[in-house]
Amino acid sequence: MRILVIEDDKEAASYMVKGLSEHGHVADHVHDAESGLVMAESGYDVIVLDRMLPGMDGLQAAQNLRGNGFTTPILFLSALGEVDDRVTGLKAGGDDYLVKPFAFSELLARLEALARRRGEEPQTEILVGDLEINLLSRRVTRGGQRIELQPREFKLLEFLARHSDRVVTRTMLLENVWEYNFDPQTNVIDVHVSRLRSKIDKGFQLPLLHTVRGAGYRLSEKG
Amino acid sequence: MRSTAFRLALFYLLIFGVSSAGLLGFVFWRSAGFTAEQIDQTISAEVQGLHERYRLLGVPGLTQVVKERSNRQSQSLYYLVDRRGRRLAGNIDSWPTSNADQQDWIDFDYNHQVGDVAEQRRARAREIEISGGYRLLVGRDVQQRVALVELIQSAFWWAGFGIVGLGLLGGLFIGRQMLRRIDAMAAASAEIMSGNLNHRVPHDGTGDELDRLAQSLNSMLDRIEVLMNAVRQVSDNIAHDLRTPISRLRARAEVTLMGDPSLEACREALEKTLEEADALLSTFNALLDIARLEGGASGPRDPVNLNEVIADVVDLYEPVAEDAQITLEVLPAVGSTTVKGDRRLLSQAIANLVDNALKYTGSRGRVWLKAEQSGKQAILTIGDNGPGVPALERDRIFDRFVRLDSDRSKPGNGLGLSLVRAVAVMHGAELKVDDGHPGLVVSIILERASEVEVQ
Repeated sequence: MRILVIEDDKEAASYMVKGLSEHGHVADHVHDAESGLVMAESGYDVIVLDRMLPGMDGLQAAQNLRGNGFTTPILFLSALGEVDDRVTGLKAGGDDYLVKPFAFSELLARLEALARRRGEEPQTEILVGDLEINLLSRRVTRGGQRIELQPREFKLLEFLARHSDRVVTRTMLLENVWEYNFDPQTNVIDVHVSRLRSKIDKGFQLPLLHTVRGAGYRLSEKG
Repeated sequence: MRSTAFRLALFYLLIFGVSSAGLLGFVFWRSAGFTAEQIDQTISAEVQGLHERYRLLGVPGLTQVVKERSNRQSQSLYYLVDRRGRRLAGNIDSWPTSNADQQDWIDFDYNHQVGDVAEQRRARAREIEISGGYRLLVGRDVQQRVALVELIQSAFWWAGFGIVGLGLLGGLFIGRQMLRRIDAMAAASAEIMSGNLNHRVPHDGTGDELDRLAQSLNSMLDRIEVLMNAVRQVSDNIAHDLRTPISRLRARAEVTLMGDPSLEACREALEKTLEEADALLSTFNALLDIARLEGGASGPRDPVNLNEVIADVVDLYEPVAEDAQITLEVLPAVGSTTVKGDRRLLSQAIANLVDNALKYTGSRGRVWLKAEQSGKQAILTIGDNGPGVPALERDRIFDRFVRLDSDRSKPGNGLGLSLVRAVAVMHGAELKVDDGHPGLVVSIILERASEVEVQ
């Protein structure tokens, strides 16, 4: 994946670039919005954009990019974490919003989710290994066997499946499946996931729902 | 001169003065005019009469009448001369020297002799030509009128000066009064600015604008004091309760390095450090949120159906409860439970309460939630049958970082209930804690959204 990082904090940026490279991505880094706008022309899969930048700020840059017809997904980074700030960022053309400081795994998971979103048509069915999820009828079967899921469990599975083979963090699940923006102190998500896991993996040869240590979960055929 | 009060007084004085002068002038003009008209009418009537006489009796008859009338003691003046200017009759010395106007009216001075005293008096008369070259002057003494007019004029001037003088004095006086009150307020403000936050602006209870201003200022100061206390508390908390985990973090890093660690030991130390850093961050964020809410940050006030929010939270925590073998149930709603508030914050508050209840209720325990209408209010209740909280401690549990002795081993940052309180405060809701017999019952009492607002 080709990633453009627009961030004026040199140290933070270099850690990001290092981390992204170690995960097999190509990351370029610029310090300000003006250079970012120029660089964006060479075509990236996703852009990481800090809100606070010298000169033109991140919001303005995002608006410019959209105004110039760029549809590249943008992930905002910001120390400003109020709900209003989130909304402002998304309205300006951002696709996701991460509050600093953040776990690198969180950044990575969200970037991968954003990059793949392009060109994804709405599906009626998702297949992961021998797990079939019919989005219209809301039926789930594995190896031909019907699996009964409660509505919330189905929603959880759907999200994991839409991001199959990629890491999904707990925060992403909270935000998308339960629409919560706060951090519950207990491991509520873990319990929901292990419930789901017991329903879709128990009794089957191949485990599909994996826990990725320090990051989140992944629904995938591969380990 | 810079005083607003003084300028206002001056301005008012100007308006009042001009309108008074105008009115008085009008009165003067009308009354003076009236008397002048009267005199002229009297003279003209006399002229008519004398003309009749002349017609009937000719010049001799006229002369006779004029002589008679001249001898009478009255204000009227006569003078009759022949064509050569020789005096025939009359009661003034000589023909007036001033010239008559277009209508034959003359204003002149004449000599009035009373015994030894001779004075110049003012008169007004009409000049008439009679055939044969005779000329008759008929008039009246107007000295009184002139004197009256002069009197009124001088009175007006004096009054004018009086008005201006008194007005200026009054303005100065009022100005100074107001200035004194404002000075007092300014002095109080200076005192407050120099650091004495407890000081307040004086007000005298008269209820007027300055008084209300003083009261508003005092309310603002009260508010500022609350905010500053909140800030102070946060920094106290940060100092006290964040230092510990930070020191722990630091100590681990330092000690690990000192021990010339293996790769595995390094990895472990770094992982623990990461965990600790995350926990610190979440505590820090929670502290900020709480402080912001307590400081009166206002959020959205949309209609929120408490039952929906409860259902969502229970949905999230249900598996946790099940794993712990705790019954988590929602009791049926009573009445309308829609309130105006911030859905996100209310969710978080309820989640924190549920989280807390689940944490402290033992296995096979029970946690229940309920939302009910009570008149104009909506009451949200959460109860459990855990160990509960002793009556003495019930107020404390909502303070920051308070952990009752028995609970120090449980996970969490000790801020969950503080956030609940902050959310309640922000919504203007009452927070109550009662004994569950056994267990704990926490109620949040909010104002319901009216039916109109729900639409």
